[in-house]
Amino acid sequence: MSIPTLSQIAHGLSTGHFSSEEITCDLLADIVAKDKQYNSFITITKTLALVQARAADQRRSQGRAAPLTGVPIAHKDIFCTRGIRTSCASRMLDNFVPPYESTVSQRLLDAGSVCLGKTNLDEFAMGSSNETSYYGVVNNPWDLDAVPGGSSGGSTVAVAAGLVPGATGTDTGGSIRQPASFCGVTGIKPTYGRVSRFGIIAYASSLDQAGPIARTAEDVALMLNVMAGFDQQDSTSVDRAVDDYCAQLEQPLKGLKIGLPKEYFGPGLDDGVAQCILSAVQDYERLGAQILDISLSKLPLSIAAYYVIASAEASSNLSRYDGVRYGYRCDQPTGLLDMYCRSRAEGFGTEVKRRIMVGTYALSEGYFDAYYRKAQCIRRLIKNEFEHALAQVDVIMGPVTPTPAFNQGSKTVNPVGMYLEDIYTLSANLAGIPAMSVPAGFVSGRPVGLQIMGNYFAEAQLLQIAHQYQKVTDWHLQIPPHSSQECA
Amino acid sequence: MTLVDTDIKKIAHLARLQISQNELIDYVNSLGSILALVDHMQQVNTDDVEPLANPLDQHQRLRVDQVTTVNQHDEFMALAPVSDAGLYLVPKVIE
Repeated sequence: MSIPTLSQIAHGLSTGHFSSEEITCDLLADIVAKDKQYNSFITITKTLALVQARAADQRRSQGRAAPLTGVPIAHKDIFCTRGIRTSCASRMLDNFVPPYESTVSQRLLDAGSVCLGKTNLDEFAMGSSNETSYYGVVNNPWDLDAVPGGSSGGSTVAVAAGLVPGATGTDTGGSIRQPASFCGVTGIKPTYGRVSRFGIIAYASSLDQAGPIARTAEDVALMLNVMAGFDQQDSTSVDRAVDDYCAQLEQPLKGLKIGLPKEYFGPGLDDGVAQCILSAVQDYERLGAQILDISLSKLPLSIAAYYVIASAEASSNLSRYDGVRYGYRCDQPTGLLDMYCRSRAEGFGTEVKRRIMVGTYALSEGYFDAYYRKAQCIRRLIKNEFEHALAQVDVIMGPVTPTPAFNQGSKTVNPVGMYLEDIYTLSANLAGIPAMSVPAGFVSGRPVGLQIMGNYFAEAQLLQIAHQYQKVTDWHLQIPPHSSQECA
Repeated sequence: MTLVDTDIKKIAHLARLQISQNELIDYVNSLGSILALVDHMQQVNTDDVEPLANPLDQHQRLRVDQVTTVNQHDEFMALAPVSDAGLYLVPKVIE
C-alpha cells in the first residue's frame, strides 16, 4: 500500500489518469470512513468540494489548468473561509461563518485547488498537543494513544493518514513544525511576512505565519508557490518578489555549510531523537555538505520571551471577543460587564484563558517594562544571534522537539511542562526566519522530524535541502499503521 | 514574583473574564509557575538593547486613503448574537 503524494495527484490529473471529481470523491469517502478514529476534521465541505472539483475538471478541459488545479487540500480551521464555518476550535466561534475569505485560502482557490474541509487544531492555535480543541483531541495515526502535536495537528494527521495530500497550517511558536515532526510529514514555516496573514484568526500577530504541510518537500514547494506573495491587506506582508520554490529543488548540495548548535543537543534531548538527527546529518555529509559546530546560547531564553510576547499579543487580539458583534454570547446577561465576563469565561477554554491572563498581567500598569519590553529586548538578542550564525553557515539543523510524540493526557496538568516542549521551535518565530520539519526516522514507532532553519527568505534553499534528503531516504514515505484501518 | 488572590481577581477583571473560586486557586498556581519561568529573562542585561517589535524591523505600511470595499453592513449584522433594525443590542447600560 502507498499513499499518493500531492505531486503524484497533480501529475495524475494533468495526464488524465483520473479526474478531480474522482479523486475528490475517493478522498471524501476515506474521510467519512476513517476520520472517526483521528478526529482530524472539524468540518467536511463535501458539497462545495464536488462543485469545485467539477469546475477544476472543466477548467482543465479548457486548457486553463494551473499546477494545483483539481488537487484536493484542507485548511486548518483558523483560515477564514467565506460561507464556511470557521471555529478556530473554540466554543467562542462555534457559530462563526465568515463573510470574507483569507488571502491564503483565496490564492489556493484561485489556483483551482479543491477544499475538502477544515481541520482540527488547538483552540485559537494555543497548544502543542491538539488537546485543547473544543471539538476534542486529535489522535496520531502512528499511535492512537499519542498526541499529534499542535496546534496544526488536524492538518498533519489528515496528511499523514492519507486523507488529503496537502493542508494549510499556521506556526506561531512551532505549530506547523512540531505536529509535522510528531506525524512524520513535511512542513515549512516561511519567513515572517512571506505569506499573508489576512483572514487568519489572530493569535500573536508579530509571530504568526502560515505555511503548507504535505508528505514531501516537493509537495510543500508546489503549495508555497501559490500561498506566498505580497498582500496589500496585510500591513506586515513583505513586498518582495517570490522565488519559484520548485526551481532549485534538483540542485546538488555540494559545498553546503550546515551549522549544528550545541545547545540543541544538550540535556533534555531524547537519545533516540538525537541519534535520528545525527544520522540525518551524516546523510547530508554524504551529499556533500560540510558540518560546522556553532552556538546559539540564547536558546533557553526563547521560552520566556515567547510566552510573554505571545500571551501579551493574544490578550490584546482576543479582546475583540465580547459577545456583541459575533461569536458566543452568554444567556441572560444581567448587565454589560456580566455579558463580557461570562461570554468570555464560557466561550474560551482553559488554556486560552490562561494565556489571556498571563498576557493581561504582562501588559498591565507597572509590569509592561519588566515583561513585554524585556521580552522584546531578548527577542532582539535572539535575532542577532541567528544573524551572526547564519553569516557563518548556510543553514542550521537540529531536532524539532526534545522527544517523539508523547501520550495524550501526560502533560495537560502541567502547562509549564507543555511549554518546555517548544524549546527548539520558538526562536525561529522570534527571529522571523524560515524553518521546516522533515521526517528523519522513528523512535519506538513514533516519527522524528529534522529541523532545518535558514536565512530570511531562503525558503527555496530549505526546500532544496529537504528534497535532496528525501531523494536518498524514505522516512517521508512510511505509512502509519492506522492509516488503512477501517472504522468500526 | 508571587501572585495572590487579589492579583488574580484584578487581572481577571482587566481581561473581562469571570472566574470561579476553584479557578482562582488554579490561576494562583499556574500563573505563578509561568511567571517563575519567564522571570529567567530578568537575569539578562538588556540595558543597551533596542526592543524588537517586528522581526524584520519593518515599519507599519500605510495604504492610500481610498474606499476599497463595499458596505457589508447586512452581512456583518447577520453574525451578531442579538441585533435589531441594523443595530447591535446589548444589556441596558444607562437607566
